[in-house]
Amino acid sequence: MNQWEVVIGIETHAQLATVSKIFSGAATAFGAEPNTQACAVDLALPGVLPVLNRKAVDCAIRFGLAIGAEVAQKSVFARKNYFYPDLPKGYQISQMDLPVVVGGHIALQIGQGDKAYEKLVRLTRAHLEEDAGKSLHEDFHGKSGIDLNRAGTPLLEIVSEPDMRSSEEAVAYAKALHALVRWIGICDGNMQEGSFRCDANVSVRPKGQAEFGTRREIKNLNSFRFLKEAIDYEVQWQINEIEEGRKIQQATVLFDPDTGETRMMRSKEDAHDYRYFPDPDLLPLVISADWIARVKGELPELPGQMRERFINDLGLSAYDATALTASQEMAAYFESTVAVAGKANAKPCANWVMVDLAARLNKEGRELADSPVSTAQLAGLIQRIADNTISNNIAKKVFEALWNGEGATADQVIDKQGLKQITDTGAIEALVDEVLAANAGNVAEFRAGKEKAFNALVGQVMKAAKGKANPQQVNDLLRKKLAG
Amino acid sequence: MSLTLEQVQRIAHLARIEISETEARTTQSHLNGIFQLIEQMQAVDTTGVEPMAHAQDLSQRLRDDVVTEEDRRAAYQAVAPETEAGLYLVPKVIE
Repeated sequence: MNQWEVVIGIETHAQLATVSKIFSGAATAFGAEPNTQACAVDLALPGVLPVLNRKAVDCAIRFGLAIGAEVAQKSVFARKNYFYPDLPKGYQISQMDLPVVVGGHIALQIGQGDKAYEKLVRLTRAHLEEDAGKSLHEDFHGKSGIDLNRAGTPLLEIVSEPDMRSSEEAVAYAKALHALVRWIGICDGNMQEGSFRCDANVSVRPKGQAEFGTRREIKNLNSFRFLKEAIDYEVQWQINEIEEGRKIQQATVLFDPDTGETRMMRSKEDAHDYRYFPDPDLLPLVISADWIARVKGELPELPGQMRERFINDLGLSAYDATALTASQEMAAYFESTVAVAGKANAKPCANWVMVDLAARLNKEGRELADSPVSTAQLAGLIQRIADNTISNNIAKKVFEALWNGEGATADQVIDKQGLKQITDTGAIEALVDEVLAANAGNVAEFRAGKEKAFNALVGQVMKAAKGKANPQQVNDLLRKKLAG
Repeated sequence: MSLTLEQVQRIAHLARIEISETEARTTQSHLNGIFQLIEQMQAVDTTGVEPMAHAQDLSQRLRDDVVTEEDRRAAYQAVAPETEAGLYLVPKVIE
């Protein structure tokens, strides 16, 4: 794979969080009985006219501002013409020459540790359009069943530049975009329900070549895992084709999650000729500077800004700051923990939220929102580690007790279960003397140069202390005594 | 600019209109007549004139995001050729 470079661009359809459709007053709720949310406009009955939903435009402006793009003062709706039974009008209302959002970029953090790097992916555009209905091809005695509930649902189609160079980068981009649209409240991000779906344009070229190779477009990927698997398979397939002397033909392909393969849906020759033209039923969309300023004022602190603040104000690593700003829920939980535990404890707060709490939630398949351990409880626990009342090991016990509701605060649990760390030097010294006297064998081994024997002695002291002795003090005292 | 017969047939196919060769030739001459008119218009110097997206110089009216439509499926499906389980049935099309 060394001599090939992968080039990926992604188009995403994000369903906008409106209660009614983009051009009609029908509901958009998911899961309704077929065709009960399809009105005359959605069915394209003769004489109906579209009227644009203000909230859909609001969402597009929010997105444009969040990615540092230009929000077009004037944009135009166009008809994209094709025939399919779940598209009753014979055209989809979309935007072509003048989209509502132009440019912008998304910053990605890829990998971790030494291999971590930052990457900026440029966006080409984002435009408003309506979704089509749904076709069901099974069980209708040779016919297709059409459900038009989804027809007319507002979508924001977000198009990236071909800036990604691996499936890992593509997934990082999709995840960052997914987090962003949820963060700014324009899309619920539910991928199972199709609220957020990606098409990936994939090509390969010899490393160092300036021109792009011929691309194939993988349609409708509705999970991050499928996105990665589909790209990995497609890249390998394209490389094999070229290495065996065949040329890549431009095509649209589908990914089959069962086989893990991509297969051709249509070639360039059969590609649709959409004959776009401005929709005469809709006037140009004009967005005033006032409107943009108002939306700007309503925007929350963005994940990128919050991430910078976590790095600069709290001294977190780029990796931690990125992980904590993956969702608004996580960021809010972390911030409110730090608010109680104190800025000086930001790093342990980050670890507890990202590692211990996340693992415990994951184990029970729970969301952060219904964590049995509150931010105040967690902060109380972290403070007791910081002031040496308990060790990290004991802290895990206290956390488990808080999770199970065995106390209202960390202090209560520590008191009730007698978990307070022994830091009294005299008390620890007594334990150390006891252990040294009882383990002459280990002492002799250590003096003969066996470092392992030292660990055994530490273990003995900790055992005698029921885990409550301060480990650093135990270490220091043992060394001193053995040396003396 | 003028259209070839093949282009006319392709446009007819895209619009799902079945036409005979005679009809295609008649249509070709009609469309080419329109193209002549367009050519005359293109002779006008439009330097510095912003293209219009609509014949009226107005901007789009917007509606608030509220559900105003009730479920009228029964009425709509009463005039549909075939329905089942709330779905509109159509000849099978698989892309």
